[in-house]
Amino acid sequence: MPTLETTFAGIKCLNPFWLASAPPTNCGEQIMRAFDAGWGGAVWKTIGEQVTNVSSRYSSIDYNGQKMMGFNNIELISDRPPEVNLREMAEVKRRYPKHVVIASLMVESKRDVWHEMVQRAEDAGADGLELNFGCPHGMSERGMGSAVGQVPEYCEQITGWVKEKARTPVIVKLTPNISDIRMPARAARRAGADALSAINTINSITGIDLETLEPWPNVDGKSSHGGYCGPAVKPIALNMVQQVMSDPMAALPMSGIGGIGSWQDAAEFMLLGAGIVQVCTAVMHYGYRIVEDMGDGLLAWMRRKGYDTIEDFRGLSLPNMRDWKHLNLNYRVVAEIHADKCIGCQLCYTACWDGAHQCIHLDRVEGGMEQPVLGTDPRYAQHEANPHGKPTPAQVFAQSVKTIVTTPIPKLDLDGEGSNSAVTPLRRIPRVDVDECVGCNLCSLVCPVPECITMERVATGETPETWAERVANAESLRA
Amino acid sequence: MSEATNFFSKAGGSAEVAARFADLHPPFEKTAAVIEAQRCLYCFDAPCMGACPTHIDVPKFIKKIASGNLEGSARTILDANILGASCSRACPVQVLCEGACVMHRYNKQPIEIGRLQRFAMDALHASGDPLPFTPGADTGKKVVLIGGGPASLACAAELRRRGVRAVIFDARPLPGGLNTYGIAEYKLPLAESLREIDMLAQLGVEFHFDTMVDAAKLAELEASYDAVFLGMGLGAIHKLGVVGEELEGVTNALDFIAGYKSGAIVKAPAKVAVIGAGNTAIDAANAAVRLGASEVHMVYRRGSRDMSAFGFEYEHAQKEGVRFLWHVTPVKVVGEKKVEALELARFESTEDGSLVPTEGLHILLEVDLVVLAIGQATHAEFVNADASKVRLERGRIVIDRETGQTSNPKIFAGGDCTNGGREVVDAVADGKRAGIGIAVWLEGAASSPTHGDRAVMNGAPGGIAGRGELDADA
Repeated sequence: MPTLETTFAGIKCLNPFWLASAPPTNCGEQIMRAFDAGWGGAVWKTIGEQVTNVSSRYSSIDYNGQKMMGFNNIELISDRPPEVNLREMAEVKRRYPKHVVIASLMVESKRDVWHEMVQRAEDAGADGLELNFGCPHGMSERGMGSAVGQVPEYCEQITGWVKEKARTPVIVKLTPNISDIRMPARAARRAGADALSAINTINSITGIDLETLEPWPNVDGKSSHGGYCGPAVKPIALNMVQQVMSDPMAALPMSGIGGIGSWQDAAEFMLLGAGIVQVCTAVMHYGYRIVEDMGDGLLAWMRRKGYDTIEDFRGLSLPNMRDWKHLNLNYRVVAEIHADKCIGCQLCYTACWDGAHQCIHLDRVEGGMEQPVLGTDPRYAQHEANPHGKPTPAQVFAQSVKTIVTTPIPKLDLDGEGSNSAVTPLRRIPRVDVDECVGCNLCSLVCPVPECITMERVATGETPETWAERVANAESLRA
Repeated sequence: MSEATNFFSKAGGSAEVAARFADLHPPFEKTAAVIEAQRCLYCFDAPCMGACPTHIDVPKFIKKIASGNLEGSARTILDANILGASCSRACPVQVLCEGACVMHRYNKQPIEIGRLQRFAMDALHASGDPLPFTPGADTGKKVVLIGGGPASLACAAELRRRGVRAVIFDARPLPGGLNTYGIAEYKLPLAESLREIDMLAQLGVEFHFDTMVDAAKLAELEASYDAVFLGMGLGAIHKLGVVGEELEGVTNALDFIAGYKSGAIVKAPAKVAVIGAGNTAIDAANAAVRLGASEVHMVYRRGSRDMSAFGFEYEHAQKEGVRFLWHVTPVKVVGEKKVEALELARFESTEDGSLVPTEGLHILLEVDLVVLAIGQATHAEFVNADASKVRLERGRIVIDRETGQTSNPKIFAGGDCTNGGREVVDAVADGKRAGIGIAVWLEGAASSPTHGDRAVMNGAPGGIAGRGELDADA
């Protein structure tokens, strides 16, 4: 039977699901309820000198009816006095000794101030420390948060101060608002950090009220850039985690963060090297209860794949990520439209024509579109075929709106457009010109039907060759 | 001269009837409309658009609902179909746009296109904004349109947008033809039809009411206008041709429906028989139920599989509580002063499909009201009273499908008088094509016709030829 129990940077974990340092971990009462719901750990909302927050604080991006695809906040670190947070932390650890409680810390960039805060957090019973070098708004203006994370030297120096004092593992939380995330990661490692967490939020403006022209979140008519997170940032986070974990000078135990809300998300971060994951936005959206399926689903997947522990699959996808120059140039796939699944929406057709390589055509009906069209498309000279030798989308559309159709008479007019047929008419099923198809995937991505458009490997008869090899071969030939 | 318009205020009707004919398909609430709009896949060259006789760009107007651009959504609809509001309510969408939706092959839940279209049109009406079109620069040409139904209205709108005067003559006191007087009130209330025509009148369409156009009047109009559009629809409902048909208590579906819609009829007697099994027959039967009849029978000489109503209409009638008598035909209307019963003979289908009355098996059905709905006669013969001015076929005016032009170049036609009786949307499509056809023809008559103009209109390959059967099985 697989288990979710794991050890991260020396910290024993009931499961790899931690709440990130954020509003869901604002106080002890919340964290205890989260543990009851099944969370294995919690990184306390960042403790530091008490701040004053603004109102309002959050904004988000909805997409086609889905709420909070992306989420943004301009909230600062904990606005509670450190002594209150630390007193509650001690209480949580007393009641939940097996659950992981990490103290997220951010204080003035002074050695003795950091030393004092490390001491207080560990005295409260924290299982580890997370250094918040990532908060991109507000705190950075005061020389903390991402102002530290963006300068590897500061990152290294402060991590070093913390390590002088700390008895528990030190996790450095990285900011994505930097050109190369490996630099601060290497700095943290040089300074002796025990682990990393990535990513913090990304600088963002989520939108503007088109009536008032005021951006969100609105604070008395004004706004300030915030930190972006939620499902939209997952691909960015995965890339940054991979960059760090593939870099021998930076790699450390990694706590993956960024848009995680499902067991699949968690598995993907782990396949790129993360030992545990942290979650915030999904909990802010749906509550602590989401952890149940994260565990349930991950265990089922592990059973199916034959993995007993997270270590069994952690990092397995890292070797499959490489620089572009090491990809096989002689590998070729082409799109195949499975007519039995096609519903005739023709989204692949318009996508290929306008967004890709003009190699999907509507010419499967005899006499329909087979001949090159002598175009009336103003782009091309009258009576000349367009460069593709096929009707353009505009021509297809223009022909349709000129066709005369009438309401069917019951029992007499069968098989009309409106016959809600279970079978897609052949003329609406696009055809891929396999000789022209470059295998870009776009059609298969826009197709709404699962497995309707698949990318099929074509034997090229050529041995694999990467760009790096091609360049090297060319040079050796010249030599 | 043209009469003042504010037809909506003249709707009249009875509050009691209105309450009994609440929307069959209620309007979308705003959030629901947006959620439904977001479901649309935004097909390219969408089948729903192809299935619509007026080719409304359905995905385009739906995405505008999703994006909150309701003004643009309404404009998209109206640009293709000037009666987009009534079509959104009256269309048999199950066999048109929604029947063509690819969702039938995806999650089996077609997009509710009709209700979304109504949502966009209701929003336009609620905004108080005028039609998003202006009349074209005056060409000095004028066209007379015979009949004020959907075909003429659509034709008139196209003409006005092209700077041609459009003058409609109608026999009734209000415009809209069957759109106003003939659609079941739970689909399209009379007042809503008028509201839409009020907007159309803003384009400068002129109306003359209570004017029956006969052969002499037509000749007079033809002489004083640059072109004529015939959009007068069909004529009276066929008679049964049996004894007792003249008794009080025998009516026809069109009069019955127009009667309750305009407020002249507010109640149906207890026992009603509707003869026929087309869509109009079903509208009449459902209306009788809603007007208080306790026992409504539909009487049809064939079986349910042969009825000419749409399947969903049959289902609806069953839900309303209408009963069906199959394989019978009235042979006598029985009564002293008014109708008391219908004598029905049983029919049997023979192997070759013909119907043979069964000897001696007559049924006596007690009824208080008999409503005939066995198809409408054609009504175009007057056009040819003086000479063979316009070619007819089986009483229908023959037109060039792409331009609406008849065998007489100056006379165009569209709608039921050409197709034998189809849907509102078919009439609108005919009228639209004819409006463009007339404008192009007038322009050609003014200058010399260019090949290019024809190419614009006739560039399409042959469409599906309409079979043009009557609505009800005559």
